[in-house]
Amino acid sequence: MAAVRVEEVLAAAEEQEAEKRRSVTVEKELELEFDLGNLLALDRNPPAAAGLRGAAPGREAKLRALARDNTQLLVAQLWELPAERAGGAGGPLVARLPEPAFRLPREKPPPRPRPPTRWEQFARLKGIRRRKRTSLVWDEEAKEWRRRWGYRRAGGDPARAWLAEVPEGADPEEDQFARLRREKRERVARNELNRLRNLARAHRAGTAIPAAPLHPTGHQSREELSHVARVARVSTASLGRFQPRLPKEPSEPPSRNAGKKRRFEPLLGNLAAERSRQLELLRDMGSKKPVLDITRAVNKQLRQEEAEAAAAKGKKQSQRGKRGRRQ
Amino acid sequence: KPKTKRAKRFLEKREPKLKENTKNAMLIKGGNANLTVTEVLKDIYAVKKPFAVLYKKKNITRPFEDQTSLEFFSKKSDCSLFLFGSHNKKRPNNLIIGSRMFDYHVLDMIELGVEKFVSLKDVKNSKCPEGTKPMLIFAGDMFDVNEEYRRLKSLLIDFFRGPSVPSIRLAGLEYVLHFTALDGKIYMRSYKVLLKKSGCKIPRIELEEMGPSLDLVMRRTHLASDDLYKLSLKQPKALKPKKKKNISHDVFGTTYGRIHMQKQDLSKLQTRKMKGLKKRPAEKSAEDGGASPKKSKSG
Repeated sequence: MAAVRVEEVLAAAEEQEAEKRRSVTVEKELELEFDLGNLLALDRNPPAAAGLRGAAPGREAKLRALARDNTQLLVAQLWELPAERAGGAGGPLVARLPEPAFRLPREKPPPRPRPPTRWEQFARLKGIRRRKRTSLVWDEEAKEWRRRWGYRRAGGDPARAWLAEVPEGADPEEDQFARLRREKRERVARNELNRLRNLARAHRAGTAIPAAPLHPTGHQSREELSHVARVARVSTASLGRFQPRLPKEPSEPPSRNAGKKRRFEPLLGNLAAERSRQLELLRDMGSKKPVLDITRAVNKQLRQEEAEAAAAKGKKQSQRGKRGRRQ
Repeated sequence: KPKTKRAKRFLEKREPKLKENTKNAMLIKGGNANLTVTEVLKDIYAVKKPFAVLYKKKNITRPFEDQTSLEFFSKKSDCSLFLFGSHNKKRPNNLIIGSRMFDYHVLDMIELGVEKFVSLKDVKNSKCPEGTKPMLIFAGDMFDVNEEYRRLKSLLIDFFRGPSVPSIRLAGLEYVLHFTALDGKIYMRSYKVLLKKSGCKIPRIELEEMGPSLDLVMRRTHLASDDLYKLSLKQPKALKPKKKKNISHDVFGTTYGRIHMQKQDLSKLQTRKMKGLKKRPAEKSAEDGGASPKKSKSG
């Protein structure tokens, strides 16, 4: 008797629950896909075409019913998320959203990782890791916890230090306060220099042009290969002087005049040319009048004209640019 | 190069980052925009505030032919989404919705025609506050089957998504945008959500029509090539969630952890202190057999 009663009670309770839930359940053929990070729901069911193709007011009502069902499902999912009360017991109920799952294209390309600084390289080499420092330090004189640096720091205000001991090996006449100030200035300047050097290195690494590879890739042209072969020949300890040539390779004469500035004539070459050159030099040095070098004069004139033309073009372009940009 | 801190902050906001800013949208009028198109732009601006810029003047450009002026605008205002409205006899009430990436180059552009438009001020209901994050619902199998519709779906999500937040106030879910694809048309409706009491924890939803509603028809498209799109989708490695080592889950949801211990000397293990079992000094010296310099504490 009691058992039947219990069953009846349970069945009645279950029906009540179902009754309550009926108002919030929605029947769908295919389950919706949810992306709660974006508050997104995707319904793959083909919409009831018959109702929606009809007249306008009927269509609005049908669309609204469809929207209501889909929103109900999405809200049901959102209410399932772990929620907490923000701001104490009386605050609003806040649900924690997961990461957005739907993949959307980025706005800009991902940033390139910056190259490590000189200290970072050294630390990695030696295996030095960052030590976490406490933010407060115990100050014995003030008998309380003070900051490590900044306002009311642990060692007292450095500007008010009234005593500066003369270190052992130092000159007794030297001004210690001036020395401390100078050393601090030097430290700051060195730090700033290193920071700027690191920045420049990072900037240079970011805009570096990749050099042509010297190992064989599959895609080198004839000129590139010959350049690479020449470089390989010269990369020996004797700079390629004793490298044997391949059977059909043409021999290159040693071009000691390769550079324009460091050009060495052979010792016993053209004696007559050397004699005439030396005599001309003596004559020019001895003469009272200044000597006119035609080539240099012409080059100077050409360069001046080019500079003027470039300046004029630049001014015109900037003027034109300003007019075009105004919207 | 920046000379002030303010200029430096401005430039830093615009440079590429690991976790990006919310995308801004620019709403531009074409040379011959009519009243309908202008109203549409104004309404969408109201929905997307403050992440949108509405340009007041008309700009005589053709996005499908020449994209340089659009790219210039996006570079100046740091906007990566745009909506361009125009109207001519061949394409009445035209809207071009577009998105871009990678140094301000146009990625996707889809041209939609507006067939019917009901504006915010035509619907005389209460509106929700501006800046609410909307719920987005896409209905219809066309959004999965057709490639162009799929791109349109991702474009619309990107457009209306709003800032991405870690948590959300459940009572504040007021706005929902519903897109239905049917018979080559796309119906966009916006509703205000009313949460009614139901018997259980989940509230019952009632919708109230609010806000702009559009009937759209897809016209031309200019979609980015597949590999360019894949390149834009690439996320940097640092954003991937770090996998915790030595933790595994099984089918039933139980979490297993693995701890690696060094070898322990079980005779020296610290157990409960029982005073009766403490070694007395006489016993200890007999055991040691000699004077040991250090006094060891029994434990």
